[in-house]
Amino acid sequence: MFIVVVVMTVITGLVRDFKASNHKWVGDCVVGTESLVGFPYYEDFIKRIEGSDFIEGVSAVVKSYALVKNRDLEGSSGAEIMGIDPVKHSRVTGFGETLYHRKNDVSKAFEPAYDPNLAGCVVGIDKWLVRDEKGRYSYEVSPVEAALMVSCFPLTSKGALAKAGTDLVNTKTFYYSDTSHSRLAGVDSEFIYLPLEETQLLCGMAGPVKRISEIHIKFKPGVKLEDGCDKVAALWKRFVEEKKSEKQAELLDTVTVQSWKEYRRAFIAAMEKEQTMLTIMFALVGVTTVFIVFVVFYMIVSHKSKDVGILKSIGVSNMDIIELFSYFAFLMGLSGSAVGAFCGWLFLLKINRIEDLLFKHFGFQLWDRTMYAIGDIPNTIDSRVLAVIIVLAIAACLAGAFLPSRRAAKLEAVETLQVSQL
Amino acid sequence: MSKDDVILKAEGLYKSYRMGEARVSVLGGVDLAVKKGEFVAIVGASGSGKSTLLHILGALDRPDKGIVSFEGRDLSRMGERELNKFRNKMVGFVFQFYHLLDELSVLENVFLPAMASKGVFGWLGSRRWARGRAGELLGELGLSERANHKPYQLSGGERQRAAIGRALMNEPRILLADEPTGNLDSATGNGILKVFEKLNRAGQTIVMVTHDERIAQKAGRIITLADGRVK
Repeated sequence: MFIVVVVMTVITGLVRDFKASNHKWVGDCVVGTESLVGFPYYEDFIKRIEGSDFIEGVSAVVKSYALVKNRDLEGSSGAEIMGIDPVKHSRVTGFGETLYHRKNDVSKAFEPAYDPNLAGCVVGIDKWLVRDEKGRYSYEVSPVEAALMVSCFPLTSKGALAKAGTDLVNTKTFYYSDTSHSRLAGVDSEFIYLPLEETQLLCGMAGPVKRISEIHIKFKPGVKLEDGCDKVAALWKRFVEEKKSEKQAELLDTVTVQSWKEYRRAFIAAMEKEQTMLTIMFALVGVTTVFIVFVVFYMIVSHKSKDVGILKSIGVSNMDIIELFSYFAFLMGLSGSAVGAFCGWLFLLKINRIEDLLFKHFGFQLWDRTMYAIGDIPNTIDSRVLAVIIVLAIAACLAGAFLPSRRAAKLEAVETLQVSQL
Repeated sequence: MSKDDVILKAEGLYKSYRMGEARVSVLGGVDLAVKKGEFVAIVGASGSGKSTLLHILGALDRPDKGIVSFEGRDLSRMGERELNKFRNKMVGFVFQFYHLLDELSVLENVFLPAMASKGVFGWLGSRRWARGRAGELLGELGLSERANHKPYQLSGGERQRAAIGRALMNEPRILLADEPTGNLDSATGNGILKVFEKLNRAGQTIVMVTHDERIAQKAGRIITLADGRVK
């Protein structure tokens, strides 16, 4: 019980935090394409849905890949770039909260504090800062001046290289203005956030028919995720029909409408899979528990057969005998659960302190904070998970006790009280 | 013997047990009748079927053939629930080896039949009464000082008196005693017999099984079993 409570609390907490971080990073719904070409007429669609009564906010996003070179350092590295309007994007996602220097004024996210006139960029925190072994980042008091040269291959609406035969790549220098800490390892170590229009220019998505990769949407409070996504999908379907005869309309066919869960399925599924595997493992432990309880009760019944005979001789019914053993099993499950849950709660309460002490004295860490995007170990007990664990523990005791109880009930008093049986 | 006086009646009781390949006949057509307020001793040699007969009379066992009727009601026609009620309310068993529950105190052992006859809520309501009644019985049996002791802390005679107290808890119509003195020395056994005599004088019907003719003499009537039949 203790182990189940601790492990399930930690894994459930990790999955819950991971989902929450993904939700915050994406918003509720995404209308987008995986094609690097993007899709056009997004402004028309945004205008249309912004007036809908279930929409809280909408943000146009350009996503692409780039080569990034720090002007003061040797070599370059690959990165994913995300072009956004920081204010609009913060209405839809938790982008504003992920910033460090511009947290309180998201509109200035792309204005480097050392020179607001320069084109700024926000860098995923793990791309910029190093975590110490306790998982803390050593933030600067104010952003250091650094120029990042971002190079992209601009593509035409047909997917061809827009600058074939010439320079091939578009390069623009952005100045480091802030870091973004989304608490998603893959995101914080890969993404660089740039102003939307600049990103469109870099990717060849500007021009008379501007294109983007995605529209991130946030629903009004109370709107169910599935309902909201269905409504957006219906609106998008109608919109595509209307734009059928327009230029580049074929690009709209590559666009899908997904909830944030579907959009991040590949990442969430891996975590959920681990949780499911742990649940299965504990279910197997549960089966073993049933067997152990069965053996214990079988022995109790064998040992107490005379007592069962005595009870039957004074008129106790078979059902009463089953009830008696079941009540005993119930109390055993309940008391075991209570003790296990209490010890689990106590351990979880101090789990981070225990880990700190273990790290301080023995260098042991459950997760290496320099590698994993985990801060404190989640230790908030989910009351529903706890209730399910307690109910299953009691059920396991009752299930294990059932057959021996039935056997006890079937004992014949006259046989168990025979002199030869004593 | 008037028909109304008979409390327990057995007619043509047969019972046999399988022992390996063979079938051993224990009762081969037993007929007997016990009147209200009687003290009957059933005697016979070891293996004559005395205990089997007593178990059948108390509905702890079923005959292969024959009828046992209690106050005119055929036990074989009773359902499981009625039989449990019969064992709880109408009959009190006293066994040779006392058969007390070691985990319970003497007092708890005595009020156990009252507890068994109530549900959880019924028991909560009658707990005080049951404890009082059990205390009274222990007082009558000279065990007041031993009420909170565990059975294994008592002597053989005290344990048997506690077992008698348990048998009397629900004021049964008939007391069935299976070799109640068989495990006791002569003096202690006599003490138990005195208890039975006292109970019988107060109107309690008693059927006692014993192999000891001397003890059987204390009863009002002796029935002898031999070769599975009443002699």
